[in-house]
Amino acid sequence: MATAVQTVERENYLNSNYGIKSWLLTTDHKRIAVLYLISITAMFWLGGFFAMMIRLELLTPAGDLVSSDTYNKLFTMHGIIMVFFFLIPSVPAVLGNFLVPLMVGAKDLAFPRVNLLSWYLYMAGAITALTAMVTGGVDTGWTFYTPFSTTYSNTHVIGAAIGIFIAGFSSILTGLNFIVTIHRMRAPGMTWRRLPLFCWSNYAAAVIMVLGTPVIAITLLLVALERAFNIGVFNPQLGGDPLLFQHLFWFYSHPAVYIMILPGMGVISEIVCCFSRKRAFGYEFIALASIAIAVLGFLVWAHHMFVAGISVYAALVFSLLSYLVAIPSAVKVFNWTATMYKGSISYNTPMLYAFGFIGLFTVGGLTGIFLSSLGLDVHVHDTYFVIAHFHYVMVGGMVMAYMAGLHFWWPKITGKMYPEAWAKLSALLVFVGFNTTFFPLFILGYMGSPRRYHAYPPEFQVLNVLSTAGASILAVGYVLPMIYFVWSLRYGADAGPNPWNAVGLEWMTSSPPPTHNFDETPVVTWEAYDYEHQPQEEITVGH
Amino acid sequence: MAKHAEHNEETGSVGHIAPAKLYVAIWAILMVLTLTTVLVSMVDIGPMNIVVALVIATIKGTLVVLFFMHLRYSPKLTMATVIAAVFWLFLLLSLTMTDYLTRAWSTYPGR
Amino acid sequence: MATSDIGDIQVAERALQHHFADMEQQRETSSFGMWMFLLTEIMFFSGLFCAYLVYRASYYHAFVEGSQKMNITLGATNTAVLICSSLTMALGVRAAQMGKPKLMAILLLITILFGFGFLGIKAVEYHEHWVNHEFPGPNFHFETGDPAHPATDAQHTEIYFSLYWAMTGLHALHMVIGIGLVAWLVIAGLMGAYTPHYYNPVENVGLYWHFVDLVWIYLFPMLYLISKKHGG
Repeated sequence: MATAVQTVERENYLNSNYGIKSWLLTTDHKRIAVLYLISITAMFWLGGFFAMMIRLELLTPAGDLVSSDTYNKLFTMHGIIMVFFFLIPSVPAVLGNFLVPLMVGAKDLAFPRVNLLSWYLYMAGAITALTAMVTGGVDTGWTFYTPFSTTYSNTHVIGAAIGIFIAGFSSILTGLNFIVTIHRMRAPGMTWRRLPLFCWSNYAAAVIMVLGTPVIAITLLLVALERAFNIGVFNPQLGGDPLLFQHLFWFYSHPAVYIMILPGMGVISEIVCCFSRKRAFGYEFIALASIAIAVLGFLVWAHHMFVAGISVYAALVFSLLSYLVAIPSAVKVFNWTATMYKGSISYNTPMLYAFGFIGLFTVGGLTGIFLSSLGLDVHVHDTYFVIAHFHYVMVGGMVMAYMAGLHFWWPKITGKMYPEAWAKLSALLVFVGFNTTFFPLFILGYMGSPRRYHAYPPEFQVLNVLSTAGASILAVGYVLPMIYFVWSLRYGADAGPNPWNAVGLEWMTSSPPPTHNFDETPVVTWEAYDYEHQPQEEITVGH
Repeated sequence: MAKHAEHNEETGSVGHIAPAKLYVAIWAILMVLTLTTVLVSMVDIGPMNIVVALVIATIKGTLVVLFFMHLRYSPKLTMATVIAAVFWLFLLLSLTMTDYLTRAWSTYPGR
Repeated sequence: MATSDIGDIQVAERALQHHFADMEQQRETSSFGMWMFLLTEIMFFSGLFCAYLVYRASYYHAFVEGSQKMNITLGATNTAVLICSSLTMALGVRAAQMGKPKLMAILLLITILFGFGFLGIKAVEYHEHWVNHEFPGPNFHFETGDPAHPATDAQHTEIYFSLYWAMTGLHALHMVIGIGLVAWLVIAGLMGAYTPHYYNPVENVGLYWHFVDLVWIYLFPMLYLISKKHGG
């Protein structure tokens, strides 16, 4: 077992060797995680910039800041960047990469070179997509609906599609690596029932990555081919069916929202247990709910197509199946709250973000049930109600969880503490800013304001101004952590191996961990989240 | 955890070694089945042609996976992987077809 | 035998990567990883299978018309060629397992020859289709044999040919990659990289090769054998 004694100049993965080459050719999962952290942070700011432009345009009813064409490109690029280059890789590729081998007690992922390859593929995909955006942009929406994308759009659809195609393989390889690692690389004694819930949820997300992503890859390839060679697979003029594109697209892209949210749920499970000092209530149910969400997620895709002209009988089936996803999701929410019940809760920043996640995810999930009901979907389809719903899940849920995880494991990743007071302020700003931005959109959508227009009737202005004001608060809430995380690298207090007094193998090695993670292979003899038997020390940091 | 693979006593190989005769036998069956499927296609049995062809293809594919790809001698996890692939392929095809096969059931303007 | 055994084990020890406990864990992990990769490959092809199924159900007649243009003799020959290549591949893996690198190299070279044979025959077919304007796009031209609904059939046959080119093209691309991988095995094998204790790359490339064969086993009836050939 790694000792808790930390010497000042102890060798770790950050100082074991230096130089740009030692980073770009590394096969260490921790360094690759840091590479991912830097790249997706850049993408997050770019996507955030586009979001801010959208909100600024919507400040006034008239289309005065940008033209309608530019606006179309703005929301498309915001969507493409945030979905494919931030949300999907965020928790798995950064925190998952760093933590899954540590949590299962392995020296590395099963295929370290494949892991590095996946980062290069991500970068190649990102650069290809960005090139398409810089040289003229794309205006199809992130969904690339045919036949507009294949026949009528005059923008750089092929470049963006190829970029996503390449990035898709990065995602596939990450998922493959996680599945194989969790099956084959667990330390002695680390049984499936002792596996941290973070690993369970990343496993479930990896299953979706591996099974779903190839389908979007081939679909976007067909779009590119159809555009390039004028073949007629999706073009109704040539006898093709545009709905086939939507089927294939959503076969991946609906489960993809679970790629985004499941790892976030894993983060929340870890944090809720740690800051309640309790074992996870219904551990098995939380674990299996992850798998259930992954499987059920593949059965519901056509609820995106209720008004597109699919058979009403198929729509009935898909509507019913969509309701089923609510069950495992609710199981998780109830189990988290039950875990907190009678726990000794400390209100540190990760826990504040986790509170935010649970509340906002619940709102997002429940409005999802509105949308899966056939009748109501007809009313709110393609309105701001849908925008609000998935931003509650994606930003209110996923980004909150990502921030929670970053704060929770920042001491492990860097060996430094962030400033707790500033962090609490940022958590508060994000929560307030988020709700101010997106709650008005529920009302707007219910009143019938359609998405994807750069102008709107004047009576909708009050709510839009409120939303833009909220977005400004949200932006401050995201800029703050960026500043103090960088600040902490130099000025932060030393974290020590286990600042939260948490259980789990990742806390039993030093911070930052040595290159080979553990001085000797750990042997696990205890159950997951064994906080009852952990010495009840106070969490000393940040009080 | 990983179950121990059989060690071949003679060569010390860490994997299962199937006899060469078995491979040749499988090859012969595959060739016969290929000939069969071509011959059946010469007879007009309408839409049943493709059914017969796909059944034969599935038999051939199963033989390839079980013997050439050593699935018979592989851990259960490998079997689970194959089943997952087939199951998800089935999900994609069948749930998509629920739409296409039932579109004609209802009549509404424009259709 | 005993001395070569020790040499074999030394080769194997060099091949053991630092993060695995032993060769067995490494072998089973790499094999499982390959199977997972093949699973993603199946899903990759599944989008095309789905498109094929949908359009075949909708435009059965046009698909029959299109499949009449296929050369069943060449297609069947190619199926046989691939099955033969799978046999030599399987025997090649067996040779690697038994520690016979020269036999392995010979068998894999034959596999490569079969692979080129397949691509050559495929090229002949492609050439025929190209000359006959059976490539989708502006140059596409199709004389339907059925006067009942000529225009729509010609259009829907173009979808058949779009899928034909996409599916066989993607398959051929996999063949090209496969040939490259097998060639790499031959070179590494002759340099003594593989022993009965360490032959993961041979096993995995073998799995890949058989998988590509498997895809063709389905493509052949789906594209060539839709219905009885008119007058054939």
